[in-house]
Amino acid sequence: MAVATSPAPVSRVPGARALGKTWTFMRRYPVVPVAVLLVVLVIPALFAEILAPHDPIDGDLANRLLPPAWTDGGEWGHPLGTDRQGRDIFSRMVFGARTAALVSLAALAVGGTAGTLLGLVAGYYGRWWDHVIMRLVDVNLSLPLVLLALVLVVLFGPGAATTVAVVTLLLWSRYARQVRAEVLSLKEMDFVARARVAGASDLRIIFRHILPNVLNTIIVLATLQVGNVVLLEASLSFLGAGIPPPDPTWGVMIAEGRDFIVTSWWLSVIPGLAIMLTVLSMNLLGDWLRDYLDPRLRQL
Amino acid sequence: MQRYIVIRLFHAALALIGVSIIVFTLVRVAGSPLDALLPFNATEEDRARVEALWGFDRPLHEQYLRFVWNALRLDFGDSIKFQGQTAMDLIGQALPASLQLAGFALLFSVLMAVPVGVVSAVRKGSLIDMVGKTVALLGQSLPPFWLGIVLIWVFSVNLGWLPVSGQGGFSHVVLPGIALGWFSVAAFMRITRSSMLNVLDTEYVKFARIKGTPEWKVVWKHALKNAAIPPLTLFGIVAGIMVTGVVTLETVFAWPGIGQLALTAVLARDYAVVQGLVLLISAMFITINLIVDVLYAYLDPRVRYGRGRG
Repeated sequence: MAVATSPAPVSRVPGARALGKTWTFMRRYPVVPVAVLLVVLVIPALFAEILAPHDPIDGDLANRLLPPAWTDGGEWGHPLGTDRQGRDIFSRMVFGARTAALVSLAALAVGGTAGTLLGLVAGYYGRWWDHVIMRLVDVNLSLPLVLLALVLVVLFGPGAATTVAVVTLLLWSRYARQVRAEVLSLKEMDFVARARVAGASDLRIIFRHILPNVLNTIIVLATLQVGNVVLLEASLSFLGAGIPPPDPTWGVMIAEGRDFIVTSWWLSVIPGLAIMLTVLSMNLLGDWLRDYLDPRLRQL
Repeated sequence: MQRYIVIRLFHAALALIGVSIIVFTLVRVAGSPLDALLPFNATEEDRARVEALWGFDRPLHEQYLRFVWNALRLDFGDSIKFQGQTAMDLIGQALPASLQLAGFALLFSVLMAVPVGVVSAVRKGSLIDMVGKTVALLGQSLPPFWLGIVLIWVFSVNLGWLPVSGQGGFSHVVLPGIALGWFSVAAFMRITRSSMLNVLDTEYVKFARIKGTPEWKVVWKHALKNAAIPPLTLFGIVAGIMVTGVVTLETVFAWPGIGQLALTAVLARDYAVVQGLVLLISAMFITINLIVDVLYAYLDPRVRYGRGRG
């Protein structure tokens, strides 16, 4: 979606100006996506203990499979209902947001750093470095990573560390490729040549002169990748290869609710909606950032 | 052009070798395959005999070469979980179902994406543009397996229109196909749209209009034909996305394809089947990307490697 500098919708009705201004503001800045992200992901992840009315793992067997509060038979003590072990869905959602946020952050930090470094080296030093790293990228992109993820999980046991490792494996090559491509053109620029003439070392050129110029790309890629990471984490958890139960994750919640879809739809539907809102908002935010920071990246 | 094809072939071969090394290593990191083959009370003699029989006593490079030689003949060994069948038998039985599912999904995404992409390029900001973009973006944000569950809930359980799961006639493939295909709609739509926008700006489109060609013909024939190249590049990426979706969706819909086979094999530590699957799927990815790249270079000469440049 292009964030064009379109003029505010002209209206002759007096008083509609404020509305028009709000509309323009909403068009120009990603207000809704950011708000949704705050409500669904960030605030729950940060304040899970405060927000959750119940323990996310201990169930109350007397209150099993309660529907959400606004439907028949629901009660406001469990706003989003309970699952088959009587665990409060709302509390599990809140802690699930924390899991999703932490896994994404960790995977993006590790995968993004590794990919960026490899991309910098490949692009800057060229020659053998470039060949070796780019062939590794090829290999990485040609592996069916879900299958590898499943194998790794069987080997090392499911858990947060394995999940992060698997997601990292999936992420780094995108960064390496994109960063390398940018470095290739950046290193021919005058300012790099001048820095070299001034006696700057390779390391200094890479980190002081080239890295700041690819930072925008990295940020945009990272934002656009969060959605993928959340989806992948959910897929792995759904297959039983992510963070293992009883820890609450959205993917596990969907998987657990699957057999109850006929009688208790809320078990699967609610966590799915949270994933959808998170990914959708992240993608919209990423699109906006891309257009804002660097219109050249439209193809990304 | 020839130079480009040779380089790309060389890269494809290297990638395949890399994949084979990873697969070979992974299974050996997984612990001695002997543990999976032998009962826990096997004697030392039994171990040695089985070791010799399977060739695990040979040096590593020899084992690797034998592995590659066998893999080239599509021989990945016998399945441990399904006694009496080779890994290739099992994969061969499961593959058609998955290809059917993926084929339908691909058809669905292209049929959804291309018309909407074209219309949204021609009428930027129109209602169709907005709705199309929203639908596509929504699909990209839904976990396919969740979409599958919800589709079953709505269309099979509540409305009773389509079967819940399993493989059968056309009606069985509709729900899993949509759940799998919707995810890729957004990607195809975006690239069709931007590619159409580029093409609509060119001289020959203007010329066709000046000539008096009807507008629908200009858009759907002259322009779309030339705008169809960039979406081709997506097939490689979409193939990767689809494999992930296939694994989860086949579980949801009890679809007897390679996704289910993979899950069963991994959980049973049936490494012959896992190896075979990973290698075959990788070979498929590499081939698809190779074809896409060569086709792209053939259609758009600017892509080819220049003589002077590395």
